[in-house]
Amino acid sequence: MSSLISESEIAAAVQAAVEKHGKNHDALIPILSEVNRAFGYVPGEAIREIRKHLYDPANRTYVAEGQLYALASFYDMLSTKPRGRHVIKFCENAPCHVVGGKAIWDTLRQRLNLENGETTPDFKWTLVTTSCIGLCSVGPVILIDDDIYGNLTPEQIPDILERYE
Amino acid sequence: MKITRSMILVSSDPESLRLGAEDLLRNLKEAIEAYNLQDEVTVSTIDVSAIYDVNRANILPMVIVHPDAVVYGPVKPSDGRYLVEEHLYKGRIVNDLLTPPKLLTGQIGWLRGRKGYNPAEQRVVLERAGRIDPESIEEFIAAHGYEALGKVLSEMTPEDVIATVEKSGLQGRGGAGFPTGRKWGFVRGAKGDKKYVVCNADESEPGTFKDRIVLEGDPHQILEAMTIAGYAIGADEGYIYIRGEYGLAYQRLENAILQAKEFGFLGKNIFGKGFDFDIHVHAGAGAYVCGEETALIESLEGKRGEPRSRPPYPVTHGLWNKPTLVNNVETLANIPAILRNGAEWYRSLGTPSSPGTKVYTIMGNVNFSGVIEAPMGITLREVINIYGRGMKPGSVLKLAQTGGSSGSIIPAALQDTPMDFESFRKAGVSLGSGALLICDQHTCIVDLVKVLLQFFRFESCGKCTPCRIGTQRAYETVERISQGLGKLEDLEFLQSLIQEMERVSNCGLGQTAVVPIRDMLKHFRTEVEAHILLGSCPTGVCEFSQEGEKAL
Repeated sequence: MSSLISESEIAAAVQAAVEKHGKNHDALIPILSEVNRAFGYVPGEAIREIRKHLYDPANRTYVAEGQLYALASFYDMLSTKPRGRHVIKFCENAPCHVVGGKAIWDTLRQRLNLENGETTPDFKWTLVTTSCIGLCSVGPVILIDDDIYGNLTPEQIPDILERYE
Repeated sequence: MKITRSMILVSSDPESLRLGAEDLLRNLKEAIEAYNLQDEVTVSTIDVSAIYDVNRANILPMVIVHPDAVVYGPVKPSDGRYLVEEHLYKGRIVNDLLTPPKLLTGQIGWLRGRKGYNPAEQRVVLERAGRIDPESIEEFIAAHGYEALGKVLSEMTPEDVIATVEKSGLQGRGGAGFPTGRKWGFVRGAKGDKKYVVCNADESEPGTFKDRIVLEGDPHQILEAMTIAGYAIGADEGYIYIRGEYGLAYQRLENAILQAKEFGFLGKNIFGKGFDFDIHVHAGAGAYVCGEETALIESLEGKRGEPRSRPPYPVTHGLWNKPTLVNNVETLANIPAILRNGAEWYRSLGTPSSPGTKVYTIMGNVNFSGVIEAPMGITLREVINIYGRGMKPGSVLKLAQTGGSSGSIIPAALQDTPMDFESFRKAGVSLGSGALLICDQHTCIVDLVKVLLQFFRFESCGKCTPCRIGTQRAYETVERISQGLGKLEDLEFLQSLIQEMERVSNCGLGQTAVVPIRDMLKHFRTEVEAHILLGSCPTGVCEFSQEGEKAL
């Protein structure tokens, strides 16, 4: 995936994010989030690009690449590695667990032949666990990209996966 | 101002979306345009899981038509046009699409304006959520919105406001229960010209989604409360730190801010009284620890969400090192009603030591899961039997976990303890965020605690050693017990780990991560020992490893 994104695409995405959120330090996380949304992860080139944009000695703003990498690796919604076209997030917390979450997790792992954090070789699927996403009244819950699936049973999983190209 | 005669709400919970709620919404809109009703009828969405028992999936997707309060469901996308033609164009209720009344909860009574159907339900925080179109400032104003702000700015001094909040006895609803009025007084008294109001909307405690319902259902309420807080403490700027996962709530807040500015309730010279206040929405990027107020501030400043050492506290050295008031969404949501109706009125709700209401999220092995608002001081038994409509068939209450992962595990024997800050403190349990996870006899305590510790070892920010390594070691130990490889010494080790982590962890995460272990050893020691000594899991949940069986 990584090689398919051109440098000009990255530069354009960073440019747009910086224009939208500004060059102050409190804009760093929103900028990284925009980049992550555009490419599914934060490419190394984007980090270099953001550093360049925020270098402004006149206003005493400066951000190190390491600082940006520290953010990208700390926050859960940001990824430093390329991810598949579709990301499945499985809620692994107690409220989903006590209403049958483990059976869903096992089914997902077996069907996709993936463990937590892995991506299929064809870059179609990435499977990750997530902390509570606040949809506990309809657990167990998974998120595929932005689509929410609740009240799940293992039998529904094949049908749901079929819907994605 | 546009005056509409009807409002249609379409359910937008996951199950409804799966069953085609989006197509339904589109068909309704198209039909409304086709009948040229777009100036008279508005369409919006509502998360009905808070109001109805949506686990009975055969009533979804739902369509609610106000002010008639007619509830339809299930409505197929293809029924949308027919519904508009019959109900809104011809004015006839479509009987064959009505939701069968026996499947609905008592909330139908509330929707029809017959209060008292559900005797103990008292709504302050969720007064408007689900009743008004959250994207319309007009509807908010019509439901007493911005009335408190007007009163505060024209009749009260900042000191009056703080005195009223203090007298109301409101305590922080984020979990710790600190008196809100006193906190406001601290920030007002702190030295400095520039001060901030921060709304903590980083609701990440597993099993808690009350703040999401407030923000999605009634965003203006929070803006009003923050502006009042700004006036009281002498701040002109506020931030709402909302967790990155709450996309809809983020959009609704942005929309509400634009509307409030247009109407002069936000920005320069509010109400023409010479008071300026501005609010920004800041989305997080996924980190449980950012719910801790100093970690939240670090994250707002564009850093990793690692909690600061305290003191100094945010009330004197907060955002950009300026005095900062950090309040939880639910705490703020109480403010306008308190100032509108007075401290005495607020004290008439709940118990003398914990006035007001509390919003709970109920889930697990009960018949109804969702959000409820009840007076402080009701008992767990009442919550399960009245609001949760009892345990699921065949289920018997074994334990309840209150307040998310860091909350207490309450055995069934304690279910008659009143749920308020004081009684809970006496019983040695914590009310926390108000999540109530109800577990039946098929839940294994070791397995549950293992899942909770998995959460903490993942979410520990890694800044301080006791928490970073302690959560990891605790997880490994409990995992070993769940595999049948535990030893009695492990329990001694856990006991000492609890003490160390409580004493030396830097922030609340590490200090409370051990609460589930402590409660496990206190209330369910026999069950844990059965895993170790008898080599069996009494509930049959834990899968013992081959190695474990050989060791026996």
